[in-house]
Amino acid sequence: MAPLTLAKIAIRALLRNRMRTFLSVLGIVIGVAAVIAMVAMGEGSRISIKEQMTSMGSNAIIIMPNRDRRGGVQMESSEMLEEADVIAIREQATYIDGVSPMVSVSGQAIVGNNNSPTTLSGISADYLKIRNYEIEDGVMFDDEADRMAKVCVIGQSVVKNLFPEGDPIGKTIRYKSIPLKVIGTLKAKGSGDFGQDNDDVIFTPYQTVMRRFSATTNIRQIFANSIGEGYAEKATEEIMGILKERRSWTRPTDPFRVFTQEEMIQTITSTSDLISLVLTIIAGISLFVGGIGIMNIMYVSVTERTKEIGLRMAIGACGRDIMFQFLFESVIISLLGGVIGITLGIAASEIVKAFFNMPMSVSVTSVIVSFAVCFVTGVFFGWYPARKASRLDPIEALRFE
Amino acid sequence: MQAENPILSIQDIRRDFKMGDETVHALRGVNFDIHSGEFVTIMGTSGSGKSTMLNILGCMDRPTSGHYILDGEHTEKLKRDALARIRSKKIGFVFQSYNLLNRTTAIENVELPLLYNSSVSASERHRRAVEALERVGLADRMNHLPNQLSGGQQQRVAIARALVNDPVIILADEATGNLDTRTSYEIMMIFQELNRQGKTIAFVTHEPDIATFSGRTITLRDGLIKKDVINENVQDAKAAFEALPPPEMIDD
Repeated sequence: MAPLTLAKIAIRALLRNRMRTFLSVLGIVIGVAAVIAMVAMGEGSRISIKEQMTSMGSNAIIIMPNRDRRGGVQMESSEMLEEADVIAIREQATYIDGVSPMVSVSGQAIVGNNNSPTTLSGISADYLKIRNYEIEDGVMFDDEADRMAKVCVIGQSVVKNLFPEGDPIGKTIRYKSIPLKVIGTLKAKGSGDFGQDNDDVIFTPYQTVMRRFSATTNIRQIFANSIGEGYAEKATEEIMGILKERRSWTRPTDPFRVFTQEEMIQTITSTSDLISLVLTIIAGISLFVGGIGIMNIMYVSVTERTKEIGLRMAIGACGRDIMFQFLFESVIISLLGGVIGITLGIAASEIVKAFFNMPMSVSVTSVIVSFAVCFVTGVFFGWYPARKASRLDPIEALRFE
Repeated sequence: MQAENPILSIQDIRRDFKMGDETVHALRGVNFDIHSGEFVTIMGTSGSGKSTMLNILGCMDRPTSGHYILDGEHTEKLKRDALARIRSKKIGFVFQSYNLLNRTTAIENVELPLLYNSSVSASERHRRAVEALERVGLADRMNHLPNQLSGGQQQRVAIARALVNDPVIILADEATGNLDTRTSYEIMMIFQELNRQGKTIAFVTHEPDIATFSGRTITLRDGLIKKDVINENVQDAKAAFEALPPPEMIDD
């Protein structure tokens, strides 16, 4: 029999049992919509992480001491970074664009009655381009001229907290009783990847922090950026080489740890990939359950329509006709569920994106795969009941009440 | 009439059923021919083998041994699908309980057999279904659903369905069994009319008065033919119907 005719018969049969058809379609709809939305969520967060990491500073590299711990116990005193390392990297490294130490102090910044619990970060001027900060007003301090100077550059959140009336340039912030003159403000960057406020910063020359605040020659971290994408590995090797050479390092373990932007993106995306994989699997299970729903309904349908099957056979339907009629029914249910589910999934993704400000990205692949999975689900779960129907004995089937 | 080749020929048909350890011999060597244009009643009590006979005649079952030649074709060795094709092209069934698809209009029910015949186009299918419904006098009920029709009307839809593929034989299985006398006679009128138009009909029943409307009666008993007689005095169903007391008087 022509497939089109069979499809028509199947559709007619489905329309005769609207409620039942609707419910079994619903099972698939929920499964597919969940898959689409979960994949969109995973995909969206992946893209957004990537964007935020790039906005944090392209090709950034962070160097920090390698704490050699075994069983939670520090085995030997770790090598510390110092100013000379920064200078050596700046002078010798060829794959490095900018380099800046990072030393910080926690405390309260106070102006009159206003205060802000902002970390004071000691850096050099290169830090701005490494982390993609830009000056909004005033100037950035100069590494040489403002060495140890009591000046600072502040982010927009600090401006808001400490200078509600605006115009902070030239005013003075007190940090741990030390007055720091505001010489510049930073353009707003917005919140970062994990909710931290990139505008809640106070920058001051690193020597100012080391000499005036913490009285140390050690540097906690060195920030650098490579000369471009794809140079992270070479830059890392080069930095490690310079740092080892300065210390005549011969031990097999590295004295420092170097994180690159690319590595961090990988680490974070692999975590979020895992989360979205788990969510997608759960959604996939609900699709599977929907498929079982179809199988169940098809079984009931075959049993209930045994007499109809007998009649169809008596008037000339062969086994294949019956088989395909029922297979068409299950495939139509699942494809219909697929189309509605995909539509709902996309709609849900858009709603979540619009109202909850979450990054969502519906991928074409997930739509195509869902649709294909629906088809396979329909065939897979419809197969057995359909085959059962096609193998009925017409005499027995006609006698069935 | 008897000179031409029979439309179907049953030759030493046996049919055994295995029931556990026992073998039931439902048919034990039955022979008869039916010629084109005959109206044959197959009678018998329950257990006589008449249902088995009907299933074999309808190509729904195969004999254990013997030959069944339908319209020049040996059917006894055919596979399921080949039998289905024969049912689709050569046989029209009318059942006791009508077996119409519910929630499906009369015309769609009548079109059903042609759906399984890919050589008939959709427009041809519709045309033939309309024609078949006209022949059973239901031209004005085409879009009614079975539950909007009386029992007699439903059986007429079923007859139209049996006619629509222009079968070589119409097989009726207790086709009046669910109907009252008046309606039974109405249905028999239709069968007689179809027979007059040249349709070959085999009618299985256990009611002797129904048999009087046919030209020949084959009586089965214990899997064998007990009697195969030509009915010299065929009753006219129309006359019998008109002789019945009007329905109001039955109600009293």
